[in-house]
Amino acid sequence: MTELSPLDAAGVDAAVEAALVDIAAASTLDELKEARLAHTGDKAPLTLANRLIGSVEPQDKATAGKTMGAARGRLNKALQARQEVLEAERDARVLVEETVDVTLPVNRALVGARHPLESMQERMCDTFVAMGWEVAEGPEMEAEWFNFDALNFDPDHPAREMQDTFFIDPPEAGLLLRTHTSPVQVRAALERRDALVNEGRGIYVVCPGKTFRTDELDATHTPVFHQIEGLAVDKGLTMAHLKGTLDAFARSLFGPEAVTRLRPSFFPFTEPSAEMDLRCFVCGGTDSGCRTCSGTGWIEWGGCGMTHPNVLRAAGIDPDEYTAFAFGMGIERTLMFRHGVKDMRDMVEGDIRFSQQFGMEI
Amino acid sequence: MPKIPLKWLQESVDLVEGHTADDVAAALAKVGLEEEGIEGGGVSGPLVIGRVMTLVKEVASNGKTVNYCRVDVGEHNDPAGPGHKPDNKEEYPASKGIVCGAHNFHEGDFVVCILPGGVLPGDFHIGGRKTYGHWSDGMICSSKELGLGEDHDGIIVLASPSGESQVTFPDLVSEADLVPGASAISLLGLDESTLEINVTPDRGYSFSVRGVAREYSHSTGQEFRDPADVAVTGTAGDGFAVAIEDQAPVRDRVGCDRFVARRLRGFDATAEAPAWMKRRLDQAGMRPISLAVDVTNYVMLELGQPLHAYDLGTLTEPIVVRRANAGEKLTTLDDATRELSTEDLLITDSVGGHGARPIGLAGVMGGAETEVSDSTTDILLEAAHFDPITIARTARRHKLGSEASRRFERGVDTRLQVAAVERALGLMQEFGGGEIEDVYTDLDTVVAPQPIAMDIAFPSTIVGVEYSPDEVVAALEEVGCVVDRDYESLLVTPPTWRPDIETPVNLVEEVARLRGYDNLPSVLPVAPPGRGLTHGQRVRRAVARTLAESGMTEVLTYPFIAESRLDELGIPDVDPRRDVVRLANPLSAEQPLMRTTMLASLVDAVKVNLGRGEQDIAVYELGRAYQASSIGDVHVADLSDGRITPEEITRLNEALPGQKRRVGGIMAGNRVRAGWNGHASAWGWADALAAVERVVRATGVEVTVTQGARMPWHPGRGATYWLHGGEFVGHAGELHPKVCETLGLPARSVAFEVVLDPLIDEGEGAISRAVPVSQQVVAKEDFAFVVAADVAAGDLVAAVRAAGGDVVEDATVFDVYEGEQIGEGLKSVAVNVRLRAADHTLSGDEVLAVREAIIAAAAEGFGAQLR
Repeated sequence: MTELSPLDAAGVDAAVEAALVDIAAASTLDELKEARLAHTGDKAPLTLANRLIGSVEPQDKATAGKTMGAARGRLNKALQARQEVLEAERDARVLVEETVDVTLPVNRALVGARHPLESMQERMCDTFVAMGWEVAEGPEMEAEWFNFDALNFDPDHPAREMQDTFFIDPPEAGLLLRTHTSPVQVRAALERRDALVNEGRGIYVVCPGKTFRTDELDATHTPVFHQIEGLAVDKGLTMAHLKGTLDAFARSLFGPEAVTRLRPSFFPFTEPSAEMDLRCFVCGGTDSGCRTCSGTGWIEWGGCGMTHPNVLRAAGIDPDEYTAFAFGMGIERTLMFRHGVKDMRDMVEGDIRFSQQFGMEI
Repeated sequence: MPKIPLKWLQESVDLVEGHTADDVAAALAKVGLEEEGIEGGGVSGPLVIGRVMTLVKEVASNGKTVNYCRVDVGEHNDPAGPGHKPDNKEEYPASKGIVCGAHNFHEGDFVVCILPGGVLPGDFHIGGRKTYGHWSDGMICSSKELGLGEDHDGIIVLASPSGESQVTFPDLVSEADLVPGASAISLLGLDESTLEINVTPDRGYSFSVRGVAREYSHSTGQEFRDPADVAVTGTAGDGFAVAIEDQAPVRDRVGCDRFVARRLRGFDATAEAPAWMKRRLDQAGMRPISLAVDVTNYVMLELGQPLHAYDLGTLTEPIVVRRANAGEKLTTLDDATRELSTEDLLITDSVGGHGARPIGLAGVMGGAETEVSDSTTDILLEAAHFDPITIARTARRHKLGSEASRRFERGVDTRLQVAAVERALGLMQEFGGGEIEDVYTDLDTVVAPQPIAMDIAFPSTIVGVEYSPDEVVAALEEVGCVVDRDYESLLVTPPTWRPDIETPVNLVEEVARLRGYDNLPSVLPVAPPGRGLTHGQRVRRAVARTLAESGMTEVLTYPFIAESRLDELGIPDVDPRRDVVRLANPLSAEQPLMRTTMLASLVDAVKVNLGRGEQDIAVYELGRAYQASSIGDVHVADLSDGRITPEEITRLNEALPGQKRRVGGIMAGNRVRAGWNGHASAWGWADALAAVERVVRATGVEVTVTQGARMPWHPGRGATYWLHGGEFVGHAGELHPKVCETLGLPARSVAFEVVLDPLIDEGEGAISRAVPVSQQVVAKEDFAFVVAADVAAGDLVAAVRAAGGDVVEDATVFDVYEGEQIGEGLKSVAVNVRLRAADHTLSGDEVLAVREAIIAAAAEGFGAQLR
């Protein structure tokens, strides 16, 4: 091979063209590196030609320099461009190669959950708190006076036996496991009585919590259960306000179409008293085979009424000046029909799979 | 609860045209009587009497023995001949073939058959079909299939001429009724539905056809005909001598304020009650016994007045109504001998002296000695009114709720007694003959119902519906009140059958329910702006949530525990957790105690999950544990006169058992499961401590931790937490190996329990102050201290912090090492300290000075050498 002269413009040009072909043909960064070495390395014809610039005639030096400069410029530009293309290709390929399977289980740590009765209770409370009501609580082991006497249960009235009571030993101590959360109503009213009378601040409280009755555990009964009760004491409250409150509560849990219905009943602590039914939120009363409401269109939800004057008196509130309403429902029962829980035992046995299906919120 | 046959109801009120049992139930529900169930009805088509001609027992391929019966069903018989395929036998007599799986009947018995074309309750259509290798034309019926209740097993046997079978409804049918092929529908009362209603405890009078008919009339406006409107023959006067001598009234109420007694002589006690009466008793859930007893029950069901019939021949005048004497005994009709209390009210006669012999527990149950027997010819019939409280206490004391006591304790009409006696004796005479004595005894000290004053607008102000004055008056009069109106004020005298109406609000309820609850407007009241959740409520939510987010699952366990559980937990005999609250009437005798620690019941949740194949378990519960310490005998003053005083409330509260809120948790198995990307990691003691840290952080309070914990924790792997004031907060760590073994928990299970109340109280009202975040450069210094193996890392770090002063931002142990390189009895504790000043970047010299101070303090306090 004869040496290429820096003054051989056509030769230089041909060498550049040959290099450009090689560069374009490089399909990997390694091939490009080879091409770079072949055309710009120490032994490359163009490199050697460049070196000869020093040995040409002085008057030709400028021409030679110009020819070679242009040639190197074209070469480097092509190398640079190809380098960028190939690097981009490599980068894209690496990202593809690093792909993982995102459907693999990612969390090996145990995942916890709240108990749905607790979440339900919190949800119910939040509805009332948003309306300005307060959440009142009280002892689970209660004095008989708060559980019964203050609530207008005569010691000898059969109503006292409607609620099968766990008594604490010795029975003479007059202590029991509360059979309902109603004693909290009395406690809450006693605590807020002065603000009601002196400042005209109406009493609006809900009382959620654990309650106890001597029922054997089966699919629909449990000796330990939860209730939420409400009490409102103010001037001018009527059964219409009771109905309005229940409708608002029903809407918060069952959607904007929810409605309630009252039926006459009896409780010692309310007069008039009523049973409260919820219009079936599944079938709306249109399906005679509905499993949620047994085809009746209504779901029994709780009891309610206008607080008996004797209960207000027990809390030091004048029933001639203030009226009050109260309501209560079982949280287990609400959970059962709202979520289709078939068996009460699932709620109480502590099988973690039961809580887990509900997660953190309800 | 009372069962009301609708046919019976119709004698006192006409049903609305077309009203079915369901409609009647709905009408009654509107005024407050809830349906409990409907029996009968729903049968149509050929339900006929059949005579079992032949009965062949055959073992079917499924091993079950069935009977192939040829039954004579009269006009419904197939003609004599070979019968349907596959029964194609040469010759059957005129009959039908029916396959039956029950075995309580025999050839010759009269039974009840539903034939093809018939319909049973539940819209169950009957047709002929092939079964067990035969053609079966319908069914031989049981009580249950006919909707007659579940009291009887097997198929109904109407009569068994051979005497081999037990007759299902003895004496229900006469021989004349036993015509094969005759319809059994009305015979069994199947054209009559019976409605069982749930009577609330204030409504004694709804325990009668009379009361329910009146309520139906209230609901529908149909006219009510009072069955107690009986023309009374005879005169009150010198009848059988009776004296009421209540020497110890209960709560100042005389035990008996009305006693009517009347004789019937020459009565045939062996005469039968008519079939219709027996049927109605059966429908109402009472068994027919004898004419005298059946009639007293019948009249009680109809009018609501309990009655008692005595064999007059066994009685000696006078009857004395008095309280029992101490030590007195009585054998009641159920043949139980009962020790009496001085509070029990007795009916006595004067055999052996004035009122010397008890003959009945008043209003609850009669005595055995004076009951009517087959040889009785003369009867004394009693209709009385007893005080509800006395009756309720006696029934409860002797655990003897009877039909009579149920009615008396809820309140019986005080003006019903003479009519009830008249009605009952009339029926006895009609079916058993005899002469009703003209003169009867009527001791009557009943106090008439007191009028109630009420403003006519009062119902509207309570209910929120505008009732016109006329509506109010009309509703009250409908209920039976006598209303005296003077402009805006009413004086309302309730009827004698409604002793529950005592105050104006009772009247409001009557107006509201008669006018209907359907038209109540729905008005949302506006509460004053509230405080939101309390600090304690928010803290408890935060605790519950942080534990769930750390991988634990919330459970709710029963607080009832066995005596042995505390032993299993290794709790020493002297320990606050042995201060248990005991239930007087536990559900299970095995679990009479209330938990004193959450772990006592949480263990059960762990075991349930283990038993169901779960190995990795982390459960927690927020709840209360109970302590008896303060249970005392508190007698609270009678508060009926007014408001409870603050002192009395304090006394009541002080008498309550301890019941602090707690959170407890147990973890077993793996916290992190093995997987494609790593190994498993078991729950360890440190996780239990970390759980407490989460809980404490949620309360916003600071606690200190010390080494060691009581049982059931591992003595060397448990921690105890304290408030700065020294109050106990809780324990955490690994459970004692012995406890795990005893309780069947996985080895090295860990647990924690924290008493939340003190933490909540401590944090209540505290407002934390923010510390500015320094923007200076941090200096990180590591120290590897070699100290004695028993030095607590926490103490060492505390010393490091103290020595470093304000510029110590954080100090953490990042490695602990024991081994040959360190030396016997020694360990290396590596601490990373972050230093940062608030206002400038620390210079090299400053950092060096702090470093030296820390090294010096560690050396001085713990003999620490820098490794």
